[in-house]
Amino acid sequence: MIYDFVIIGAGVVGCMIARELSMYRAKICLLEKGNDVASGSSKANSGIVHAGYDAKPGTLKAKLNVLGCALMEKTVQELDVPYKKCGSIVAAFDQEGTDSIRKLYQRGLENGVSELFLLNREETMRLEPNIHPGVQGALYAKGAGIVCPYQLTIAAAENAVSNGAELRLNFEVEKIEKTEDLYLIKSAKDTVKARCVINAAGVFADKVAAMADDNSFTIIPRRGEYIILDKTEGKTVNTVIFQPPSEKGKGILVSPTADGNLLLGPTASVIEDKEDTSTTASGLDEVIKGAMAAVPNIRLNKTITSFSGIRATPDTGDFIIRESEKNPRFFHAAGIESPGLTAAPAIALYVIEMIKSKGILLEENPNSVRIRQGIPRIAELPLEEQNRWIQKNKAYGKIICRCESVTEGEIIDSIRRPAGATTVDGVKRRVRAGMGRCQGGFCMPKVLEILARELQCSPYEICKNEKGSYILKEGEIEHD
Amino acid sequence: MIKTDIVVIGGGPAGLAAALSAYEKGVKNILLIERDKELGGILNQCIHDGFGLQLFKTRLTGPEYAGIFIDRIKKTNIDIRLNTMVTKVSDDLTVTAVNEDIGAYQIQAKAVILAMGCRERPRGAINIPGTRPAGIYTAGTVQRWVNIEGKLPGKNIVILGSGDIGLIMARRMTLEGATVKGVYELLPYSSGLTRNIVQCLNDYNIPLKLSHTVTKIFGRKRIEAVEVCRVDQSLKPIPESREIVECDTLILSVGLIPENDILSGTNISMNKVTGGPFIDNRFMTEVPGIFSCGNCLHVHDLVDYVTDESERAGENAAEYVLYGQKEKESSGIPVLCGDNVRYTVPSHLSKDGKGALTLMFRVTKPMKDCTITVASDGILLLSLKRSRCTPGESVRITLPEDRVKTVLEKKTPITVSVTE
Ligand SMILES: Cc1cc2nc3c(=O)[nH]c(=O)nc-3n(C[C@H](O)[C@H](O)[C@H](O)COP(=O)(O)OP(=O)(O)OC[C@H]3O[C@@H](n4cnc5c(N)ncnc54)[C@H](O)[C@@H]3O)c2cc1C
Ligand SMILES: Cc1cc2nc3c(=O)[nH]c(=O)nc-3n(C[C@H](O)[C@H](O)[C@H](O)COP(=O)(O)OP(=O)(O)OC[C@H]3O[C@@H](n4cnc5c(N)ncnc54)[C@H](O)[C@@H]3O)c2cc1C
Repeated sequence: MIYDFVIIGAGVVGCMIARELSMYRAKICLLEKGNDVASGSSKANSGIVHAGYDAKPGTLKAKLNVLGCALMEKTVQELDVPYKKCGSIVAAFDQEGTDSIRKLYQRGLENGVSELFLLNREETMRLEPNIHPGVQGALYAKGAGIVCPYQLTIAAAENAVSNGAELRLNFEVEKIEKTEDLYLIKSAKDTVKARCVINAAGVFADKVAAMADDNSFTIIPRRGEYIILDKTEGKTVNTVIFQPPSEKGKGILVSPTADGNLLLGPTASVIEDKEDTSTTASGLDEVIKGAMAAVPNIRLNKTITSFSGIRATPDTGDFIIRESEKNPRFFHAAGIESPGLTAAPAIALYVIEMIKSKGILLEENPNSVRIRQGIPRIAELPLEEQNRWIQKNKAYGKIICRCESVTEGEIIDSIRRPAGATTVDGVKRRVRAGMGRCQGGFCMPKVLEILARELQCSPYEICKNEKGSYILKEGEIEHD
Repeated sequence: MIKTDIVVIGGGPAGLAAALSAYEKGVKNILLIERDKELGGILNQCIHDGFGLQLFKTRLTGPEYAGIFIDRIKKTNIDIRLNTMVTKVSDDLTVTAVNEDIGAYQIQAKAVILAMGCRERPRGAINIPGTRPAGIYTAGTVQRWVNIEGKLPGKNIVILGSGDIGLIMARRMTLEGATVKGVYELLPYSSGLTRNIVQCLNDYNIPLKLSHTVTKIFGRKRIEAVEVCRVDQSLKPIPESREIVECDTLILSVGLIPENDILSGTNISMNKVTGGPFIDNRFMTEVPGIFSCGNCLHVHDLVDYVTDESERAGENAAEYVLYGQKEKESSGIPVLCGDNVRYTVPSHLSKDGKGALTLMFRVTKPMKDCTITVASDGILLLSLKRSRCTPGESVRITLPEDRVKTVLEKKTPITVSVTE
């Protein structure tokens, strides 16, 4: 089998590209080294749909951010993903901050951001009653929003697979060989052949490029740490609250999430190991201090978990979306740091145009669909509708995760769907079982059982997330 | 909509006792809802003995203790609905439940008894930095795996927190052939029962490290080690005391939280200290007709007390259904926390309350040779001596009926204090 397109990396960028390509008649294969899509940065970020006033005017980043923000509403409708256009503010607490938001405002106008306003103190307080009373004013971007980043990635992958794209998990690209008109992409065990390659390998995009003798850029991993609070706290703020940017980045934000929790973070620190997603005492401390400076009455005792994500910062300062100079039909979608989630729908379209511009023929596939129906959230439906689902399938009447009210039917769906879950965290990201305040204490053993049953394997083979992260380590106990 | 007299939510020892006593008081239309496939609640996974010492003067296992009440309830015509989850309770006493066979449905009751038990605090609530690998579980989850499903999650164990379940699991895992490296407790004293420290740790030479905590987690796929530190008086880790302990499993026993999510749509106000609702001496919450008992009211260390308390809640709910509310009073007479008292249950008294008053409370710190006093408007109502009180063991005292009468007549708040 020779694929027309092989995409390396199933993060939001790779999955969105796969989805757009799946609208055409083409053989597509999406390779991912993890055992699920959204294994990298796309599962651990702020989930903000940035309006587009941050990036330097004239950069690809600025252009695709503004475009991506505009495309997001339609994208989430088509893919049935939690999203809220809640707006964002950059709050200024001193003169320096006030100067800084004026500059951002100008930059926003230059980048073509619409619905951008400068608010005075009273207007800011009215919009955000819980903000620190020392606030002096804010830059308000009405078009900004929040989206569930992993749901977006999963939905895009599912849509692509439904349209015929192939997803190969646990495929870590280690070597790329070239023949006259093909690329041979190799893992330790397997080879796939491709006419065109798209490198969307996140923090490892430089390594993948180097496999094809392209050493034109380097990706520097920068970690960001977060704290997540219970859904009871989601209404502490109405918009995404940023603080004025410094040389280190956009600073600590306080934001509701698309699922209704409260998110604090991220820090920004350069790290050695590109996969070291641990959190640190000092990092979490910095998150708390930074968040409290903007919103003093955050109830930290409602913390449910902390996590970290890794930014793929390119040494070039801009998104790297172009054909490899050394390799025809080998395209990079690399260095996609923030606002890469926002930009992803636009990046995908940009890549399609780039492919077409190289003379590669793309013929639309009338059988492809753009719509993906999400897994029903039974508990959120009116009683009569709940009963319609339960009549169709009893399993929708059995609640497994009590914190988030997730039924067995939803969990089974999350496993059986195209690009379905194979791990406990995979189920969690698809239907939120184990994501609530008890963090799986109650439902995880049950989710484990359902996974083993559905995947027809032993519970001892089920992992938390990546390969080898077995939930249960030892054998059965002999009871007499 | 189904109509009934009393809906009891939860089929653990609290729900069982409340349903039975309401039934014996003469209420015949009772519906008991349990989300699990069997009755008994958390007791089903507590296969150790030590239940029933107060009530039956004998050492029973959890299932044996629950079995006594399950047998009794099966002889009544209380309508028991298993595999059914209550998703919502409303101020107008309607209860919404869902089940595989019937679907989602509503029940209109004349009284509702809350008996949903509690849940364990997860790791996030204590926010330990480091990696997030597999192998970190709450003690109750491990207990379920080991005792009910026969699965051992790991063999090299560190336990954080000295709550009772953690202590019991230290012994259990040791008996299953695992090595328990130690039990680390942040506070200078254990939050568990003394008898559990003796029988579960000391008898097996498992070290209990007080004033210690886990400060970091290592291991990418499965947990490989933890960093532990001693803490100073303000509970801050002392970096010089840092030590790495290898393990493949970290068990958390860092506290229990009453399970009251289904109340979020009601006007019931919650006590931030206990995590349960404020109740009066009839176990009635601030919404007339809704009663609360067992671990969803406040976390108990002894099931015998749960049973006793829930029986009284059941009786009061029955009275409410049979005779209605006599006095339309707003808040009742407050029971206040005096010196060294963290919370009291009940938090106020109603004139409709009858008989002697049983007060449960916890102290704020361990104390020796102490005096418990109950006073109202300068009058000493009760004074008791105890050789020791610890925050891990709730204290139960009874104020005789004539004293309660005095208070109800005078309408002045009563204060509970403990002094050394
Ligand atoms: C802390 C933080 C906060 C952020 N906040 C925001 C925000 O609020 N808004 C926003 O718009 N953006 C934000 N971003 C940016 C956004 O998360 C990223 O731009 C986006 O997720 C990048 O997606 P990706 O697909 O390029 O990378 P990834 O999601 O990392 O995907 C790359 C994939 O490639 C796979 N892979 C790597 N090497 C190989 C190989 N050799 N073989 C096979 N597969 C391989 C990886 O396993 C991974 O799944 C943030 C990022 C971080 C880290
Ligand atoms: C591990 C452990 C060890 C213990 N050891 C001892 C001991 O040695 N000696 C001793 O005397 N005491 C001990 N106790 C204390 C005692 O057992 C408990 O306090 C007692 O079981 C609490 O009873 P309960 O009915 O309030 O809660 P539970 O037993 O937790 O019962 C609550 C029930 O409500 C159900 N429920 C909850 N929400 C809903 C809903 N929305 N819809 C339907 N059903 C619902 C639950 O499924 C559960 O069955 C121990 C407790 C634990 C947890």
